[in-house]
Amino acid sequence: MNPVNTSLKSEISPSLDWGKIRADFPILQLKIDGKPLIYLDNAASSQMPQQVIDRLVRYQTTQHANINRAVHYLSEVATMEYHNARCKLQQFINAREDREVIFTSGTTDSINLVMHGYGRKFIKAGDEIILTTLEHHSNIVPWQMLAQEKGAKIRVVPINDKGELEVDEYEKLFNERTKFVGLIHVSNALGTINPIKHMIDFAHRHGVPVLIDGAQAAPHITIDVQALDCDFYAFSAHKLCGPTGVGILYGKAALLEAMQPFKGGGDMIASVTFEETIYNTIPHKFEAGTPPIAAAIGFGAAIEYLMDIGIEHIAAYESSLLAYATECLSEMPGVKIIGTAAEKTAVISFTIDGVHPHDIGTILNQDGIAVRTGHHCAQPIMQRFNVPATSRASFAFYNKRTEVDALVTGIKTVQKIFL
Amino acid sequence: MHTNSLYQEVILDHNRKPRNYGKLDHANHHAVGHNPLCGDRLDISLQLDNDQINNIAFQGESCAICKASASMMTTAVKGKSRADAETLIHEFRELATGKLDINQPNHLGRLTVFSGIRDLPTRVKCAILPWHTLHAALNSLTSASTEADDSVQSASNHS
Repeated sequence: MNPVNTSLKSEISPSLDWGKIRADFPILQLKIDGKPLIYLDNAASSQMPQQVIDRLVRYQTTQHANINRAVHYLSEVATMEYHNARCKLQQFINAREDREVIFTSGTTDSINLVMHGYGRKFIKAGDEIILTTLEHHSNIVPWQMLAQEKGAKIRVVPINDKGELEVDEYEKLFNERTKFVGLIHVSNALGTINPIKHMIDFAHRHGVPVLIDGAQAAPHITIDVQALDCDFYAFSAHKLCGPTGVGILYGKAALLEAMQPFKGGGDMIASVTFEETIYNTIPHKFEAGTPPIAAAIGFGAAIEYLMDIGIEHIAAYESSLLAYATECLSEMPGVKIIGTAAEKTAVISFTIDGVHPHDIGTILNQDGIAVRTGHHCAQPIMQRFNVPATSRASFAFYNKRTEVDALVTGIKTVQKIFL
Repeated sequence: MHTNSLYQEVILDHNRKPRNYGKLDHANHHAVGHNPLCGDRLDISLQLDNDQINNIAFQGESCAICKASASMMTTAVKGKSRADAETLIHEFRELATGKLDINQPNHLGRLTVFSGIRDLPTRVKCAILPWHTLHAALNSLTSASTEADDSVQSASNHS
């Protein structure tokens, strides 16, 4: 399981063998039209190391059965491994208890769980929900649905020209009607890292709970939910070198217990008669039906893999890649970087004068370079910068400086074609 | 397919200098096409007299593929009858979705330069949007969306 010598953990990242770590990812050996794959779409989904692939194979070949049900050997093994995965996630985010970690189908599902479980029970007509301009659609649309249903109101924190939240404006939005805050930790479109600790503390001084959308943060920043004191924290496995179809919602136990269930079904009940159903305890109350057992166990393996390298080392390595890429792209005439926050993860959204992002994406693909083009499910940000769409290169710890160079060459090719 | 064969000079030229660009003052048919996945919008106005397209113009913000497709479409259908235009719309959609054998007789002419789009499923909608919008305008519908077209449901745009 160990990709690296863990005794190196306390040292700085250059001592890690990043080339050896890169070799853990079989997909990076792919050729696209004869050109080596240069995968710069990690903010959309990251790739999976052999260690996680092997874990999934081992589960399917020797450990699979349904969980929490039968008394036979396989069911007991699967139940235990599923629980172990939950405990790894608990450790990863430093939650106080394992029952505060709920497996969901991903970040979107986690946010919808909070909207239904908390929002529908506690948000009333006239109440206000604070969101920010940087939110992904997944942390906008559920709250709009709730606001429509309840007659509540959405208030939005603006951003400045660098793509940073205007925290003063955030603070001014609070009043006695404010009942909830939904806040993205790291912007998927721009890479901005938000000052969430300060914002959580401020909300708590007004007695308002805070949900953090951590989909883009968990792969790059050490998360300590107790230190942050957030009420909810959500992220997905597939952006953390794990499988699709699984994610978690962290919630403070007292809040989760006070909430109503989101989905009804098997496993989330203590007893059922046609007159009355008594709900199970957390986390089971929120895990109706057979969960994505294999994916959750793969998620656990991915977390173990990342913790072996050390998120702090990953962050340091990626930040040096970001600095290099930012320097290279800033020097290119006709190229504009959108989102220049002081605190950023390794994401560069950019435009090229006179070329539509989709044409950029198609031409870069010709050189095997995978970037994301479009509005990144964050249309309010595009509107703020007055662009219909951008191209986005997002880096992971398995990317190399030579891949940044290839991106620069690719952009020059685009400019040559559209001269 | 090699992408260079899509970004050919004729397409780049129509992108750079779109023909029939703008809005007709005396249009009697008009439609706005929208691709919600990328936010592209296209506005087509035409003057249709006795089932003949006497004039046509388009404007909007879009990628090179969409703009070139729109520009070449306007030159292809100007002066044509409604029925001939509908034939071209049908053939172009078949071409873009890979259902048309370009070795068989067709009316597309230079428009076959878009045949390479069939290998780029995420870009098919870009090429088809203008044709979709023209169809809407000819049939007195005021708007068209790529998402309403079952033949081009292959593209997606997730984060």
